Amino acid sequence: MRDRRAVLELTPEGLFCPAGGFHVDPWRPVPRAVVTHGHSDHARFGHGHYHGAAIGEGILRRRLGADLPFTGHGYGAPFALGDAKVSLHPAGHVLGSAQVRIEVEGEVWVVAGDYKREADPSCAPFELVPCDGFVTEATFGLPIYRWDPGARVIDDLVAWWEANAQSGRTSLVFCYALGKAQRLLAELGQRNGRAVFLHGALVSMVEAYREAGVALTPTAAVSDQPKSERFRGELVLAPPSAMATTWMRRFTAPATAFVSGWMRVRGQRRRRGYDRGFVLSDHVDWPDLIRTVDETGARRVICAHGQTDTVARYLREAKGLDAVAIQSLRDGAGDDG
Amino acid sequence: MKAFAALYAALDATTKTNAKIDAMVAYFAAAAPADAAWALFFLTGQRIKRLVGSSTLRAWALEATDLPPWLMDESYAAVGDSAETVALLLDAVPTTLASLELGLAAWLETRILPLRDLTEPERQAAVLGWWRGLDREQRFVLNKLLTGALRVGVSRGLVVRAIARLADLDPAVVGHRLMGPWRPTPAAWQQLLEGDDGAADASRPYPFFLASPLEAAPASLGPRDRWLAEWKWDGVRGQLVKRQGAVHLWSRGEELVTERFPEIERAGLALPDGTVLDGEILAWNDAGVMPFAALQTRIGRLKLSAKSLREAPVRFLAYDLLEEAGQDVRGVAQGERRRRLEALVATAPPALGVSPLVEAADWPALAALRLQARHHGVEGLMLKRRDAAYRAGRRRGDWWKWKLDPLSVDAVLIYAQAGSGRRANLFTDYTFALWDDGRLVPFAKAYSGLDDKEIAELDRWIRRHVVERFGPVRQVAPVQVFELAFEGIQVSARHKSGIAVRFPRIARWRRDKPASEADSLASIKRLLSARA
Ligand SMILES: [Zn+2]
Ligand SMILES: [Zn+2]
Repeated sequence: MRDRRAVLELTPEGLFCPAGGFHVDPWRPVPRAVVTHGHSDHARFGHGHYHGAAIGEGILRRRLGADLPFTGHGYGAPFALGDAKVSLHPAGHVLGSAQVRIEVEGEVWVVAGDYKREADPSCAPFELVPCDGFVTEATFGLPIYRWDPGARVIDDLVAWWEANAQSGRTSLVFCYALGKAQRLLAELGQRNGRAVFLHGALVSMVEAYREAGVALTPTAAVSDQPKSERFRGELVLAPPSAMATTWMRRFTAPATAFVSGWMRVRGQRRRRGYDRGFVLSDHVDWPDLIRTVDETGARRVICAHGQTDTVARYLREAKGLDAVAIQSLRDGAGDDG
Repeated sequence: MKAFAALYAALDATTKTNAKIDAMVAYFAAAAPADAAWALFFLTGQRIKRLVGSSTLRAWALEATDLPPWLMDESYAAVGDSAETVALLLDAVPTTLASLELGLAAWLETRILPLRDLTEPERQAAVLGWWRGLDREQRFVLNKLLTGALRVGVSRGLVVRAIARLADLDPAVVGHRLMGPWRPTPAAWQQLLEGDDGAADASRPYPFFLASPLEAAPASLGPRDRWLAEWKWDGVRGQLVKRQGAVHLWSRGEELVTERFPEIERAGLALPDGTVLDGEILAWNDAGVMPFAALQTRIGRLKLSAKSLREAPVRFLAYDLLEEAGQDVRGVAQGERRRRLEALVATAPPALGVSPLVEAADWPALAALRLQARHHGVEGLMLKRRDAAYRAGRRRGDWWKWKLDPLSVDAVLIYAQAGSGRRANLFTDYTFALWDDGRLVPFAKAYSGLDDKEIAELDRWIRRHVVERFGPVRQVAPVQVFELAFEGIQVSARHKSGIAVRFPRIARWRRDKPASEADSLASIKRLLSARA
């Protein structure tokens, strides 16, 4: 039995470490926040001070302001916050994504944030951190979500692009502005290395990746091209919000695709009205989620967003773990897929 | 099977008609005739009987995947489709790579259809084995076949165009050869591509020529005397085929309805062999044409009672001649076809007549007559260009329907929701859609207009044709067409369709109409401007 305070507790602002006096990915303003990565549902405005992975600094500053009170930390380099020993470890989700390892009086908790186990040339690979307690995401926490190898998806995407190019059509690929877009650019850089055109909303984050030294295929902004440019045979990346807007008029009969884990389900593919859905996600699928929990050795698990109830129940019943779901205010806040 | 699953995925993935045609042409070009014949069977909307229920399918998948049942339920709730849920979950079970690739026809004829004769445990063992030998795409198609729910997102018109391109034939020829039920045999496929020996199918009708709604003023059609005018009857469009001593009556839905209308069959026997007439099946008593509801009593049932025969006698009113003395005369001018038709039918029994011409010297006079359509029990006027050929499908320019009452449309049922109170367990709240640029756009909800029997029947149909669930709402396959009547129409920014109608109600269930023939949003918007 424990007779001391928990390493982590849930407050109205989010997960809080009393010994360290800090929150992790809080959704309301707090004095001191450790943020796992730059997605807007994890890194919010208005905290007194931010801690995060040093390599993600450019992303955070672009999102939250150039004068953000921020302290960057190298992966694996421990630092003290109050009575807690803290270190950040790659989560493999997007550039600068970090699992937060928190050690208090010998008890270790890891808040993974969003993560994936699959190789991604645009960010450091997930590092397994053994722990007593593990806070996991559950975005795709149903056994229907199981990813095909990413390399195969990229093969399909390149083949689709080439087929479109042969009939002189533009390939319009929609994906999230932070993470997926740069992962694709990095993957394409390793394939054909051809230049890709960008919707204006993607330009800034692509720059942040380049500044951090990530090799991407060459890019150019659609808006910088002359009015006469028809983008025949070219590949254009855009955020989902640009679908079915007047911006699309720049392209004659483009072939459209959406790249997301959600594309795994036919109803989702059809409802969104894209010509193609490529199933590629920056989150763990079901088998990797369960495997990761297993491998951390954690006996206690908190499921923090997505299909939390489902995953917690499964871990309790099938794995005998002490697993709970917390109601996260971040759900539905437009997270990536 | 692999090729057919890939075709299914390709058709499912795109909304663009050219991409769909390309995918079909590529498939058919490479497929063996037996496989092509079965593929065409499914592409034209025919189905095999359900061999495995969807809950049974899920139960079998549970055994294969070792998941707790509640997790299967949650997965199913997230996907909304048993065949797909099972196909996705089975990704967890390694496939046996050595499995032999079998064509679609072999799958159906040697595996799937013979399941009928197996016991439940034998069926389960067979299906579990098949799952292990297939990739996800194929598993999905197999599951759809097993549950009798395979539906391909492609219109008949596109299938016809694809085959026409493949075989380098006129689409009209392909459309004609495809009329009637399709038998999935290699011989039928060969005949489709190469033409038949003439005796192959004496019952085969021609594709119907469909009129377009007249939106402009009739004077824009040019001189009045270039046009024939007839009443637009409110019955069931039909084709009367008399060949080799037998009569075949086809409805617009390409259904053989001869037995339901014995009066017409008898009268048709008086026609010379090698005659095909286009016309309208109408309920008709001594006082003349009866309301459509009377005809409906003859359509809904297979067994005709003496009472319904007596109370709703029928008549075939011909308005076109498609085949004369065994010759296809669709290319002959409308006026001349009409003259020959009149000569041919002049001596026929009363159950077979010719739709009379509506005579009026000029357009204003004709317009005045049109306003009396109600008194004649008709919907308005048909205008047919005197020199027009009989074409296939809906082609603008030669045939116009000039309807009287614009405040009704034929719309497609797309969503259903359970009612409340007495009807809490029945799907009685319907949402209807109209065509807009190849897509169905929801435009009105209606709750009333069907009788209890029809509601129960539609409810059963809805349950078997759910495509997707959104909370309590069920999206259903866009198949059923209903005539909606309403009181008024106005522009509305709140509605996705851009229009709002007042007091919409179901006027009748148009079982005779395929969804592709429902009205378009554009046509109803024109009503708006016409009334403004
Ligand atoms: Zn994220
Ligand atoms: Zn997230």
